[in-house]
Amino acid sequence: MIRKWGLFLPEPSTLFDKLWDSHVVAALPGSGALVAIDRVFLHERTGASALNSLAKAGRAVVDPARVFAVTDHIVDTRPGRTDQTLMPGGQAFITETRAATKAAGITLFDVNDPDQGIVHVISPELGIVLPGCTLVAPDSHTCTQGAFGALAWGIGSSEAEHAMATGTLRLNKPKSMRVCFSGSLPNGVTPKDMIMTLIASHGAAGGKGHAVEFSGDAVRALDMEGRMTLCNMATEFSAMSGFIAPDRKTFKYLKGRRYAPKGVEWDQAVESWEKLISDVDATFDAEIKIDASAITPTVSWGTSPEHSVGIGGTVPETAGERPLEYMALQKGQSLKGTPIDAAFIGSCTNSRLSDLRQASALLKGKKIAGHVQAICVPGSSRVKREAEAEGIDAIFREAGFEWRESGCSMCFYAGGESFQSGARVISTTNRNFESRQGPGVKTHIASPETVVASALAGAIADVRELL
Amino acid sequence: MAEPISMLTSRPMPLIRDNVDTDQIIPSREMKSTGKTGLADGLFAGWRYTAIGGRDPDPSFVLNDPCYADSQIILGGANFGCGSSREHAVWALAEYGFRAVIAPSFAPIFAGNCVRNGILPAVMDANAITIIEEANCPITINLAAQKISIGEDQSWPFPIDDEAKAMLLEGLDAIDLSLKMAEDIAAWQAADRAKRPWIYLGANQ
Repeated sequence: MIRKWGLFLPEPSTLFDKLWDSHVVAALPGSGALVAIDRVFLHERTGASALNSLAKAGRAVVDPARVFAVTDHIVDTRPGRTDQTLMPGGQAFITETRAATKAAGITLFDVNDPDQGIVHVISPELGIVLPGCTLVAPDSHTCTQGAFGALAWGIGSSEAEHAMATGTLRLNKPKSMRVCFSGSLPNGVTPKDMIMTLIASHGAAGGKGHAVEFSGDAVRALDMEGRMTLCNMATEFSAMSGFIAPDRKTFKYLKGRRYAPKGVEWDQAVESWEKLISDVDATFDAEIKIDASAITPTVSWGTSPEHSVGIGGTVPETAGERPLEYMALQKGQSLKGTPIDAAFIGSCTNSRLSDLRQASALLKGKKIAGHVQAICVPGSSRVKREAEAEGIDAIFREAGFEWRESGCSMCFYAGGESFQSGARVISTTNRNFESRQGPGVKTHIASPETVVASALAGAIADVRELL
Repeated sequence: MAEPISMLTSRPMPLIRDNVDTDQIIPSREMKSTGKTGLADGLFAGWRYTAIGGRDPDPSFVLNDPCYADSQIILGGANFGCGSSREHAVWALAEYGFRAVIAPSFAPIFAGNCVRNGILPAVMDANAITIIEEANCPITINLAAQKISIGEDQSWPFPIDDEAKAMLLEGLDAIDLSLKMAEDIAAWQAADRAKRPWIYLGANQ
């Protein structure tokens, strides 16, 4: 308690403190804590591996109703898909995950389930992630779901086993950081550009050891899908997670979703969720302030997301030799105008309906450059259906894009597919690592709008010139 | 349960590049089964072999340098193990024979995965790493003393949290430790269920 104006008030706490404290089951020897885990989400890359390993050790999934699984990491995204994929041995990941989830009593959103999709896209669609919950998945981009005011983060397979077997994880409490985006985003600038700007200015390890709350007017102004894009790349910032205090937009998005609370429980839940804010006087271990109105469309030039610049910028003079050689770029070179071979719209970063709407609005009635291979992969089967109902698929197809089934796809060889060796790709994904999208593939990450503008031009382009 | 580590003496293999990501440690295409084994051949496959999917060693990559054939320690750059949470990266390192990675910083999920599989992630200043690289001789890691040394004269401390240290030293299994707290967990859940009933999903959804 602290004394203020003659009153005794509770110590002001951050949203992170509230999320953390409400889940501490017990202190552990040393500095750690046993932290309750409310939701576990598996996918077929590691689902069977974790479940089989648990079973082999004679351990049970303690509460299978709070564990979910989906096929997204290996599943084929070509039309008319089955369990077969182009990845050698890929089918076994799917069939073994199917068998293991069934044996453990875990709900699986299977290959052709209408609710199938990328884990971080479908979890919110189904109301599985909720404000104030802890949610883990063996996928680094689990932080996407922090957009709902949840503490959501990626773990390895062993920790997934631990969470399923005990309902907890053993953790050290990270430090807290607040990243405040003030002002409002200019036209043509997106949440993707916000997070890339943060990582470019503070480094790919800038959030290391911290749980990051995104705040400020520019964050409040984002819809839930934009907030997910922002939180998605907290892992590229090396943060434990990123999250945003829930508000009316959050509650409106979740109301009526399948696994969200109903009736009286909904009202109780909203009442408790409204308290999930950082108190006015709360202090953070670190704070970063960014003026959103100064952000421009941003594109990566190198092989780490921190290697990014505004579209009007050039490859920095400080660029290392290795990324320059890999990307076949020169110091001081302008990114704008660099010819591309392919364009990709998809992934847990940018594959939701709003992404596809904004991209298709720019594409409508136009054709992409003839030499560009272009692919759009909706983030979920639901996004795909809703986009098709709006005619968005037709706009993409007529412009020269392939239109796929949902999944992680060519973000990283999911489905056994990658781009042509050495191709230069502009991509809405989150990682521009060497060979991530195929052997020698040179990935430039950017927003869906910038990807569309570039696909139309056949070279990296400034979307603002289309507006 | 992983093999305990206490003292480790080995010539460290230098791979001093920043942001070595888990896609490089084990590319997606090299994760061929749902098991945790059969991954050592795919370790650093993109850098280690002359062709994608091939098995002809590229002599310019340090893993193929006979000097480091028996190395159990990697000297790395900043943000080592960033990217995908795939534990396969650590399984591949362990299966190949590595027991420690020394780097100026680690990606958090990777560091956690290391500890769960008996690999020490030791954080060390980049300048000290350069000194060790240039010395190019066996070093000793004393985990109990949290000390890395070259011979008698030069040594550096490294930080590690208490639990990770205990797990590595004793080869403890985290699930076993937590299952001993089953009563605490049950009591916490009973109280929480009254406060947040919507978290506890039933069969009616």
